[in-house]
Amino acid sequence: MSTDGAHSVRDSSGNGQRHAPLTRRTVRWIDRRVGAAGMARKALDKVFPDHWSFLIGEISLWSFVILLLTGVYLTFFFEPSLEKVVYDGSYEALRGLKVTRAYESALDLSFDVRSGLVMRQMHHWAALVFVASTVAHLCRVFFTGGFRRPRELNWMVGVTLLILAIVNGFAGYSLLDDQLSGNGLRIAYNIAISIPLAGTWLASLFFGGEFPGPDIITRLYIIHVLLLPGLLLGLIGLHMGLLVRQRHTQFSGPGRTEGNVVGERVWPTYLAKGLGMFFLTSAVLAALGGLAQINPVWLYGPFEPADVSTASQPDWYMGWLDGALRIMPSWEFRAFGFEIPNPFFSSVLLPGVTFALLYLWPFLEARITKDHAEHHLLDRPRDRPLRTALGVATLVFYTVLFFAGGTDVLATTFGISINVLFPMFQVLLFVLPAAGAYLTYRLCKELAQRDQPGGTHHAGEVKEPAGGSGEINRREAAPEGAPEREPASEAAGKAQR
Amino acid sequence: MSGNGHSDTQVDDGHEAAGGTESSGGERVVALAFAVAILAALGLTVVYSVGGQPQLEGLFLGLALAGIGVGAVVWAQRFMPNEEVTEDRIELASTDDEVLAFTQAFEAGEENLERRSLLVKLGLGALGALGLAAVFPIRSLGPRPGRGLKDTGYAEGVRLVTVQGAPLRPESLSPGTVVTVWPEGHENEADSPTLLIRTGAGKLELRQATVDDVVAYSKLCTHTGCPVGLYQVQEQLLLCPCHQSTFDVVDGAEPIFGPAARPLPQLPIGLDAQGFFVALGDFPEPVGGGFWDRGR
Repeated sequence: MSTDGAHSVRDSSGNGQRHAPLTRRTVRWIDRRVGAAGMARKALDKVFPDHWSFLIGEISLWSFVILLLTGVYLTFFFEPSLEKVVYDGSYEALRGLKVTRAYESALDLSFDVRSGLVMRQMHHWAALVFVASTVAHLCRVFFTGGFRRPRELNWMVGVTLLILAIVNGFAGYSLLDDQLSGNGLRIAYNIAISIPLAGTWLASLFFGGEFPGPDIITRLYIIHVLLLPGLLLGLIGLHMGLLVRQRHTQFSGPGRTEGNVVGERVWPTYLAKGLGMFFLTSAVLAALGGLAQINPVWLYGPFEPADVSTASQPDWYMGWLDGALRIMPSWEFRAFGFEIPNPFFSSVLLPGVTFALLYLWPFLEARITKDHAEHHLLDRPRDRPLRTALGVATLVFYTVLFFAGGTDVLATTFGISINVLFPMFQVLLFVLPAAGAYLTYRLCKELAQRDQPGGTHHAGEVKEPAGGSGEINRREAAPEGAPEREPASEAAGKAQR
Repeated sequence: MSGNGHSDTQVDDGHEAAGGTESSGGERVVALAFAVAILAALGLTVVYSVGGQPQLEGLFLGLALAGIGVGAVVWAQRFMPNEEVTEDRIELASTDDEVLAFTQAFEAGEENLERRSLLVKLGLGALGALGLAAVFPIRSLGPRPGRGLKDTGYAEGVRLVTVQGAPLRPESLSPGTVVTVWPEGHENEADSPTLLIRTGAGKLELRQATVDDVVAYSKLCTHTGCPVGLYQVQEQLLLCPCHQSTFDVVDGAEPIFGPAARPLPQLPIGLDAQGFFVALGDFPEPVGGGFWDRGR
């Protein structure tokens, strides 16, 4: 029905369409007031390239939509208050216990609000998937060189989105005032005060005083439900806006050049597939939310300042920081009564350097390779062995930290002493990334070699300037002497010979 | 169907045009998927109406969403135009003339402003002053981080009590036991939990006064302030479950493993006239994780 309607809008004759008049009248009504028919027509016709790896970012987007939908529902029931009450809900094990309103309302959501637990668990799963798919999407963009000119700005928007996603995830699960998140907040407080000069001030202002502080839950709440989601929403809009403006990158292939986009039109195919992806992502999250228990705060109990449970693990995206906190050698610097405490290095400096390097990477790579040209064709990871090796090394580094965040679990599961695990992780943290980089480099070279005989068949088409794209190609031709040669041109050179 | 009549794009030949020629198999899949979605959605309302059940709710909601998702994707793949369309990229950069026109327009305005440079300076000054004034309310968010970080509820003569407020005598602790205690009147305050341990050990290397083989250490790890909750009697070790810092009970709680760099502060204790444990003062140094001016 809608297909017909849209079709008839395009087709000015529009005769014989049963639903056309209404659609057309609506379109006319709006267009007379905003005059957007031309733009909207272009939007419908927009071409998006298709590749399975482009779906990862889409999953991230849809997880965020699910977070908004389920999150709004949760706000109708959750009360971010530290007021003490006696729990008398239907979870018997905790009945009669003095707990905060925050913890009580989380229990009520789980046991006494019909469909509340599914919503809560869907929300938590969606948060885990949101950060996971964002990281995976970042990896896709990194390994294919999608961050190169002109997309450096969008890369930086994306890195900001990742940081906000992680921070908002932590803020979210810290609201419930359970034993696990309470200790997480205490660690966050101690990390904050470890910052030289400003740390104690920052912590006092944010927590409203010394830990636990009277205000932290209410402040985290408004940050979690308004401030950061608003920022995320705006930046996602910017991310997509830049994507539309600059158009999507594509892998090289028959007929695909630096100067064109080959793919499907937005209307109706791409949009239908996109909506389908939304429903499929939601379906997985709903199934997880109903069937897979997550963050069972009733088992953790309410936060008590002198208690801590063993095998406490944060959500997965905080694992690398937990691991860094653990295996950091016991160094502190003290002089003249001042000191730089140990957590500063593992929890302030490390993430600071991590995200600074992420932000700067497009510019660093352009400087190293002396390649400042515009790129719309994506690299295959094997064709950029150095970048790919570096990316793998980085991933391995943070994966080792992630597993180091589970030293206690590994110790009890495998019966290995932590006296062995700690030095082991300290060594692996540097050995494994190096090994990973070496193996990746070798593998890339090997794969690229194997591609050689068949590589010529598409390379010829890549270099063929089609239509108006020739101008871009000429203007943006890569400078001579770049350390890594463009494999396509290398192959094309062979073909010409 | 689409793709015709677009001057700026071209459609690949040789791709199957979309239309009504597909096998009815695809239609059946889409119909089945949507039917499953309808039934699952109905099931969801039934489950909710009879009282709700998380697993079934998740299952039916998942099925309903998956039905719509599968239907939409299969529909798009089988029955919607799937031909590859080629669209030329736009030149992102503006032409030199456009950039020049912009800079000239901007500079023209700038020159206009510069003619009244004093006013411009004053205007910027006013904005800056307002900005500075707007920063001050941030100060209301929390108190100055002063003694609070360095003091706990302990003082000379303050009894050590359990979380219920009961005072303790040496006799009530058998060797190898540990009790979490608080300064009387400050039970359950986050900066004051203290481990009162009857070590049963013959020799203790301590910096503060104590009673026999009983020793009192701050329960807050000197790394990130987690409660050091595990007491291993055989080895006389205290272990923090958060990051596995380990402290030697008989040696002044010196850190011997893990990221913690400082010993747990020791509380000087004695007995009052009634024979109950009392503090002989506050901890000699701040408890919990380190901070910039901890030593000041």
